[in-house]
Amino acid sequence: MLLSEATSAGGFFNLVPLVVFFPIIGLLLNIILGGRLGEKAIGTIACLASGLAFMVAVLLGISLIGNPEGITVPFLNWIAIGSLQLEWAFQVDTLSVTMMLVVGGVGTLIHIYAVGYMHEDVRHNGDPGRFQRFFVYFNLFIAVMMILVSANNYLMLFVGWEGVGLCSYLLIGFWYEKGKDGIGNAVAGKKAFITNRIGDFGFLIAALLMFKYFQPLAENGVFGFDFETVQELAGLVPAGIIFAITMFMLLGVTGKSAQLPLFVWLPDAMAGPTPVSALIHAATMVTAGVYLVARSYAMYSMVPEAQTWVAVVGGVTALFAATIAVAQFDIKKVLAYSTISQLGFMVAAVGMGAFVAGMFHLVIHAFFKALLFLSAGSVIQGLERGYHQVEHDPMLARKMKHGHQFDPQDMRNMGGLRTRMKTTFWVYLIGAVALAGIFPLAGFWSKDEILAEALHLQPVVYWLLTSAAFFTAFYMGRQILMVFFGQPRSEPAANAQESPAVMTIPLIVLAGVSLLGGALNLPGLHTFTTWLEHTINLEEVGTAVTSVLTKIGLAVAPVKGSMAEGAAEGGFNLTVALLSTGLALGAIALAYYFYYHRVRAMQALPTVRRTDDPLRAVLGPVFTLLENKYYIDELYGAIIIKPYTAIASFLADKVEWVFWHDFFHDKVLSGAFHSLTWLLSKPIDTNVIDGFANGLAEGTQELAALVRRIQSGYVRNYALSMFVGVILIIGYIILRGI
Amino acid sequence: MTIQLILFIILALVAVVAALGMLFSKNSVYAALYLVLNFMTVAVFFLLLNAPFIAVAQVTVYAGAIMVLFLFVIMLLGAEQVQHANTLVWQRPLGIVLAGILLTEAIYITLAQRGMVPMDQPLPETFGAPAEIGVDLFTNYLLPFEITSVLLLVAIIGAIVLTKSEKK
Amino acid sequence: MPVPVEYYLGLASILFILGALGVLIRRNSLIIFMSVELMLNAANLAFVSFARHWQQPSGQIFVFFIMTVAAAEVAVGLALIVTIFKSKASIDVDQMSSLKG
Repeated sequence: MLLSEATSAGGFFNLVPLVVFFPIIGLLLNIILGGRLGEKAIGTIACLASGLAFMVAVLLGISLIGNPEGITVPFLNWIAIGSLQLEWAFQVDTLSVTMMLVVGGVGTLIHIYAVGYMHEDVRHNGDPGRFQRFFVYFNLFIAVMMILVSANNYLMLFVGWEGVGLCSYLLIGFWYEKGKDGIGNAVAGKKAFITNRIGDFGFLIAALLMFKYFQPLAENGVFGFDFETVQELAGLVPAGIIFAITMFMLLGVTGKSAQLPLFVWLPDAMAGPTPVSALIHAATMVTAGVYLVARSYAMYSMVPEAQTWVAVVGGVTALFAATIAVAQFDIKKVLAYSTISQLGFMVAAVGMGAFVAGMFHLVIHAFFKALLFLSAGSVIQGLERGYHQVEHDPMLARKMKHGHQFDPQDMRNMGGLRTRMKTTFWVYLIGAVALAGIFPLAGFWSKDEILAEALHLQPVVYWLLTSAAFFTAFYMGRQILMVFFGQPRSEPAANAQESPAVMTIPLIVLAGVSLLGGALNLPGLHTFTTWLEHTINLEEVGTAVTSVLTKIGLAVAPVKGSMAEGAAEGGFNLTVALLSTGLALGAIALAYYFYYHRVRAMQALPTVRRTDDPLRAVLGPVFTLLENKYYIDELYGAIIIKPYTAIASFLADKVEWVFWHDFFHDKVLSGAFHSLTWLLSKPIDTNVIDGFANGLAEGTQELAALVRRIQSGYVRNYALSMFVGVILIIGYIILRGI
Repeated sequence: MTIQLILFIILALVAVVAALGMLFSKNSVYAALYLVLNFMTVAVFFLLLNAPFIAVAQVTVYAGAIMVLFLFVIMLLGAEQVQHANTLVWQRPLGIVLAGILLTEAIYITLAQRGMVPMDQPLPETFGAPAEIGVDLFTNYLLPFEITSVLLLVAIIGAIVLTKSEKK
Repeated sequence: MPVPVEYYLGLASILFILGALGVLIRRNSLIIFMSVELMLNAANLAFVSFARHWQQPSGQIFVFFIMTVAAAEVAVGLALIVTIFKSKASIDVDQMSSLKG
C-alpha cells in the first residue's frame, strides 16, 4: 500500500535534497564530534550517512517508476544577477537517479569496506586522527557528487564538478607525508588538481559561451538541460558556436574522465588509499564526464563532427591505456589504466550517440571496478600483514630479499595467493572475468552493446574498441596469474593473510552484482533502455541526427530510427558478440601461456638470466616503452611543464624580484623617496625652515640686544629719555595749536 | 618801565645766574650756597607777587630746612669731587641741545599767549595774607592738609629706618 | 602796572630748564637732587604768579603743599643717598648702574 501511495503523483520526490544533506550532516557530525567518539562511531556515522543517501535514492527510484517523466524540485533562488536568474534545483529523472543509485550504492559499500581498511591502516601506521579525517572527506565526496548528478543546470553541475575535484585532491594526498621524497603523494594530488583544472577551464569556456549566446535569447533555462529548450536555443545560434561549446566540454570531459590528453593524473592518483581509488577513480568521479556528455546530448546530437571527435578520443584512449596496462607491475596501476581504458569505452559510446550503452557500461563498470580495486586493497593488506609477520619472525626475515624496501603493491612480490586468500581470490576472479567481458557476466552485456553500436555508427571506433577489449582480457589474465597463481615470489606473500569480514563482505556483495548485473539490460528486455528513455528521448535524438545527417549527405541506409532501432534491439549483434568473446578467450589463453607456462620455464633458468616478466623477453624494447607509459609524463614535462616553470621562474626571479624589487623598488622608488626626503630635510627643512625659525629667534635676540642698550643703568639716561618725551609732548601740543 | 619791572629784571638775572652757578660749580658746598641764593631770590619774587606767607614759608622751609639738610649731608659725605672715568660722553651735549629745544618751545608758548588778559578789578588787600591762607587751608583743603601730615610722618619714619645701622 | 604774568612764566620756565639740565648733566647725586629742588621751585613760582593773575588763593595753597612734600622728599632722599654712600662709598650716579640690562 505504501508503495502504491509512493508511486502515485508526488511521492518521495521532495526528499531529494536529503541525498545531499545526509552526507553533509554526517561529515559535520564527524568533524565536530569525531575526535571524541571512537573509530566505531565515526565509521557508523559515515556509513549511515551514505547509506541513508542511498535509501533516499532508492525511494526516488521507486517514485520514478510511477512517474517516469521525473520532476524538478526547486530548492532556493541561487543567482539573481540582472537578467540571469538561476535556481538551485534538484533534477529527479531517470538519468540522475541512475547515477544517484550508483554513487549511493557503491559508495555505501565502499564506506563499509573503508572502515576495516582504515582501521588496519591506523593499526600499522599510527596516527588515529587519520580515521576521522578520512571519513569526513569521504562523506564530503558523496555530498558533492550527489550535487553533481542531481543538478538542474550546468552551473550547479559545475559546483559539483569542482567539488569532486577538490575531494579527489584531498584524498589522493591523504597520506601527505608519504610518497617519494616525503611529498610524493602531495605532488600526485597536485597533479590531479591541476590537470583537472585544465579540463575545468574547458568546461568554463563552454559555460561562458552558452551564457553569451543563449542568454539574450532566453530568460531562464540558459544553463538548463531540457532537450527542447536547448535545441530551440541552439538552433538560433551559429553551428560553429555549438561545435565550440561541445568541444570545450570535451576538454572538460577529458580532464575529469581521464581521457587523452589529460589522463596523466589518474595513475598517479593511485597514491591514495585503495577505497579512494575504488570510489572516486573508478566508480564515480571519473564517470562525471560521461554523465556530462549524456546530459548534453541535446547539443551533441546537433553537431556530428563533435560526436565523431568524442568517439575517436574515447576509442584511442581505450586502446592506448589498454596497451600500457599490459606492462605495468603495480597492481593498482594496472587497474588504473584499465579504468582509463574502460572510460574510453564509455566516452566513445556516449560520444557516438549510444547513450544507453554508455550509461549501462558506466553502471556495470562501477560495480566491477570497485570490486577489483577493493580486492586489490585486500590483497595489498594481506601482503602487509604477511610482511609484519615476517618482520617479527627472525627465521623468516632472513629468507626475505630486499627487506626494508618491500613494496606490497608490486605484483612481482606476489604469487600463489589463491590458497592463502581464498575469498579475495574468488571475488577478484569474478571481477576480472566481468571486466574481460566473458559471457554471461555483466561486463559482457554492456561492452557488447557498445561494440554493436560502434559497428553501426563509427566503424573506426569499433576496431579501436575491439583491440582494446583484446588487450583488456590479456592484462586481466596476466594480473590474475601473476597475483594468485604460481609460487609465492616473496616471503610476505607466502605468509599473507585474509582480510577481516568487514572488508570481505562488501566484496562479496559487489561480486554478486557483477555476476548478475547483466540482467539490467538484457537484449529483448531492455529494462534499462526504457528506463533511460524517459530522460534521453532516443526517438527525438534519432530524428535530430537523421535530419542533420541527411543535410550533410551522410544518410546511411536505415538511418531513420537506427538509433532507436539499435537501442530497441539492445544493440545485440551476434557476430560482434562472438568476435569479442573469441578475442577475449584468446587473450586469456595467451596470458595463460605466458604467465603460467613460460613463468615455470623461467624459474628453471639461473637467476641472472631471469627477466621479471616473460613478456619482456618477447617484446623487448616495446615492453620497456609500454612499462614507461610511452614516456607521456616525460613528454609533458619537457614540452609544457619545463617551459612553464622556466617562464614562471624568470618572471618571479628576474622580472619580479630583480627588476621590480631590487631595481625598481629599492633603487628607483626608494632612491627617489630618499632623495625627496633628503631634499625636504636638508635644504628645505634645515636651511629654510630652521633658518626661518632660528632667524626669527636670532632677530629677536639682536633686536633685544639693540633695545637692551636703552637700559644703560645710568639714571641720567633715563632722565634724558624722560626729557625727550616731555619735549616731544610739548612740541606736539604746540603744533596742535595751543 | 616801572620800578617793579626793573626790580624784576634784576632779580631775575640774579636768580638765573645763581642757578647757573649751582649747575656748573665743581664744589658741592658752593652749589648749595648758590641754590640758597636762588631760593632767596624766589622768595622776593613771592613777595612781589602778593604771597607773603608763601615767601616766608619758602625762606623757612626751603632755604632754612632743606638746604641745611643738604649742607649737612654734603659735609657728611666729604663733598668729594667725583670725577672718575667719563662715561656717557654725549650726554652733556645732548642735554644742552635738548634744553635749548625746550627753551625754544617755552619761549614760543610764552610769547604765543594772547588771551592772558589780567583781571579788571584790583587785587584785594588781604590776598595772600596768612589769615586767609589759613582759613582756606582748614576749610577747603582740610583733607590734603591732614594727609600731608601723615606724609610727613612717613618721611620721618623712612628717614630713620633708612639710616638706622644694622645691629651686628 | 604790575609785571605781566608772562615774564614770570618765562622766568619760571628758564629756571625749570636749568634744573632739568642740571639733572641731565651733573653726576653728583646731591647736585642732581638740588636741581630737582630748583625745578620744584620753578613750578612754585609759576603757581604763585598764576594765583596772582587769576586772583585765586588756591594757587598759593598748592604751593604750600608742594613745599611740604618737597621737604618730606628731601628728607627721605638724603637718607637714601647716605645709605647708598655707606655701601658704595661714592655718590656718583654713574656708579649706580647695576640695573644695567
